[in-house]
Amino acid sequence: MTETLIQLAYLVSAFLFISALRALGKPDQARRGMQFAAFGMALAIVATLFHARIVSYEWILVGAAVGALAGYPLGRWVPMTAMPERIALSHAFGALAATLVGIGEYSNGLSTGEIGSGHMVALGFEVLLGALTVTGSLMAFGKLSEVLPGRPITFPLQNVFNLTLLAVAVLALVVLVIEPTLLWVGVAMLVLSLAVGVLLVLPIGGADMPVVVSLLNSYAGLAAVATGFAIDNNILIIVGALDGFSGFILSVAMSKAMNRSFSNVLFGAFGAQPAQAAGAAAGPAGEMSAISAEDTALRMAYAERVIIVPGYGLAVAQAQHAAKELADMIEKRGGDVRFAIHPVAGRMPGHMNVLLAEAGVSYDKLVDMEDVNPKFPETDVSLVIGANDVINPAARTNPGSPIYGMPILNVSDSKSVVVLKRGRGTGFSGLENELFFDEKTSMLFGDAKQSLIDLGLEIKNA
Amino acid sequence: MSATTTIQLFVFMLAGFVGYQTITKIPPLLHTPLMAATNAISGISLVASMVLAGSNQGVLATALGTVAVASAMANVVGGFLIVDRMLAMFKRQPTNTKEGAEGAAKQ
Repeated sequence: MTETLIQLAYLVSAFLFISALRALGKPDQARRGMQFAAFGMALAIVATLFHARIVSYEWILVGAAVGALAGYPLGRWVPMTAMPERIALSHAFGALAATLVGIGEYSNGLSTGEIGSGHMVALGFEVLLGALTVTGSLMAFGKLSEVLPGRPITFPLQNVFNLTLLAVAVLALVVLVIEPTLLWVGVAMLVLSLAVGVLLVLPIGGADMPVVVSLLNSYAGLAAVATGFAIDNNILIIVGALDGFSGFILSVAMSKAMNRSFSNVLFGAFGAQPAQAAGAAAGPAGEMSAISAEDTALRMAYAERVIIVPGYGLAVAQAQHAAKELADMIEKRGGDVRFAIHPVAGRMPGHMNVLLAEAGVSYDKLVDMEDVNPKFPETDVSLVIGANDVINPAARTNPGSPIYGMPILNVSDSKSVVVLKRGRGTGFSGLENELFFDEKTSMLFGDAKQSLIDLGLEIKNA
Repeated sequence: MSATTTIQLFVFMLAGFVGYQTITKIPPLLHTPLMAATNAISGISLVASMVLAGSNQGVLATALGTVAVASAMANVVGGFLIVDRMLAMFKRQPTNTKEGAEGAAKQ
């Protein structure tokens, strides 16, 4: 009877979780949906307390207290700019839980002597995926928070080496399924999986992190699915599947936005590629024309339609608030301001939206690439802040460019362009951007945040 | 393959399908909250961790279970808090609130 009630509670939780994800499709319903999901989680936890296998509560309470104490600051105080590393860290937590449960259930099975092969397959996948997600996520966390060097670390025959290790780990899993009592094989599989996680993220550079963080999300989900199979728990299977698919869809979307195939991100070590030299060597004709803050302000003050294009440079300069103030100032004068968001503008999917929302920009002003591109031809001024490759017209016009085919924001269609840039150098990928040399483009050199503050003041006085 | 496993495979397939349909409809605007949300929800592995920590099957199982409970709980608490914090920041333009209020009044 109790068991049935527990399962029914899980059913309700699963319904609430799926509804929450549906609610995330609409910004005005999302918050309420997630609050219901939190209720669903509480329900599932309370129901589990009555599980027949649970005979003592003290260690559950200890663990829960420690976890809650660790989770509170992670939820309340982590700044929005640190969101990518925060998410990477919680992938590690989620995967760690799955891995430890896998190991614990395996040791229980060993002591009672009853591990069926189906059970072992699930436990094996749980530990393998879980362990590589733990170390992979910790690596991603290290790179994103700049504890570890963000550049790709490569060595000869890296991919062959990594795939061999992974293959050996899978082989160990197969051996375990045939003969579950071989403890050393299990230990070897665990160690190999931990090593594979480190090695997989080692060659991946900072700008490719959005794909990797999403992919690790997917692995953590699959580890949860395996847990569900291992302990016969449907809600883990459902949630894991949702998680797994979400991560997978996001990583595919990110790869697409970067014009790279999945395998290219994982095995390509982008930052180490010399391919850029060709594009840079040709060099666009003409001169960059510099503009002063006064002139820019004048132009923007009398513009009817302005599109602000923020790139990662905006977040680096912590200039979100200054950008929002500037937008307010222009709107006060009757201009229409939108923010054009490229899918890879931040360090994780949707990061830039969160940063601007935090600064107080209402979400109907944040326009996705597909919706904003048709609007550029009727835009008087496009203000580019710290973005480079995502607006490079070479992606549309120059088949020789390494970014050819990458979806970009068509800033070059607008009537005039002002680019806020630190200096004359090339951007992250080392590519020259011919847009900067275009006749209708003016360059406002200097620190992005200071330039935005100056512009705001000038517009106020204009 | 046992009957339970077969049913679980069906559950997995259907959940994957629902997940795919649901998640492709989420706009890029909310992709970061989506990731935080799936993280929070994946804290459901807490239920598996609790069973391991509370089942008194030896020191190793209890120790592993306790650490697992702590990590899953950190995701649950931290995850739901941060999603709520983020979603609270996504606001519509203030001028639209009048329309919103009228819309609400009609209902």
